Amino acid sequence: MSLLVAAVFNLNHPAHTVDWEFIHLSVANVVVIGLMLIVFVLAILLPFPGAARRQAARRSGGAS
Amino acid sequence: MPPGTPSGSGAPSHSPGASSKSWTVKLRERGVAALPPDKLLPDGQPTYVASWIYVFGVAAIASLIVIVGSGCILALKGPAWWHETGVGHFFNSIHLWSVELFFAAMVVHLWGKYWMAAWRGGRARVWVTGAVTFLVAIPCALTGYVSQQNFDAQWISTQAKDAMNSVGVGAFFNLTNFGQMYSYHILLLPIAVVLLVSLHVLLVRRHGVVPPFELQDKLAGATPPGQAPSGGQQ
Repeated sequence: MSLLVAAVFNLNHPAHTVDWEFIHLSVANVVVIGLMLIVFVLAILLPFPGAARRQAARRSGGAS
Repeated sequence: MPPGTPSGSGAPSHSPGASSKSWTVKLRERGVAALPPDKLLPDGQPTYVASWIYVFGVAAIASLIVIVGSGCILALKGPAWWHETGVGHFFNSIHLWSVELFFAAMVVHLWGKYWMAAWRGGRARVWVTGAVTFLVAIPCALTGYVSQQNFDAQWISTQAKDAMNSVGVGAFFNLTNFGQMYSYHILLLPIAVVLLVSLHVLLVRRHGVVPPFELQDKLAGATPPGQAPSGGQQ
């Protein structure tokens, strides 16, 4: 039998929505999209492991 | 060959210069010409691939493997199991969240490939197979949402049937027909997604990862168009 526990957040209400023109999204959905955009930007900006090693190899002019 | 020797034993009777080759030989030669072993399973990738943006394609594939695996178990055990047992509920959740990760990774991968103009250098089919995979994955998810066998699924199907009817496909794709939706979800559409992803990856292996704009400009004179420049191997 499953154990009934209280939710951490109050879930007993309609979803909060963001409405703009024809766009109708839940706040949760907007948050997810925002997080994906942040992850995308970080993926481009953050250095990949071994970046210093490759930079040194490029400066020395040799292919690794 | 001595009399009595089975015709299938020993060395094949085909000679390299023979004018009539069997279809298996032709298929093998075409396959190896298109994707030799060192291209199919390369030693390394160009240096410019050392970036986090390249992680999302493989993350989407890893999610897809979890989706198919958890989906197989759900299909084997059935709706009563995934609703009424703790383990079943857990596998149902794994299946849902791997789908969420699959779409998140696929969309970030799509954003990266779009802004890189990854269709450059003869890679149009790579882009097209990727885009079609995205489009096929959407109804694959929708058919899953209407197959949950709960009130939420009933709501989704009764609402979304209006959308299908409005574009004239409701008679052929009936969202309130559980048998049809479940069959699309566990068989037809997963096969399509897996085939498209496989084709997409094979095309990436064949054409190589698209080089950055600056590198392509620099190497424009040195490398024939349609081929990936080496860009230094890692």
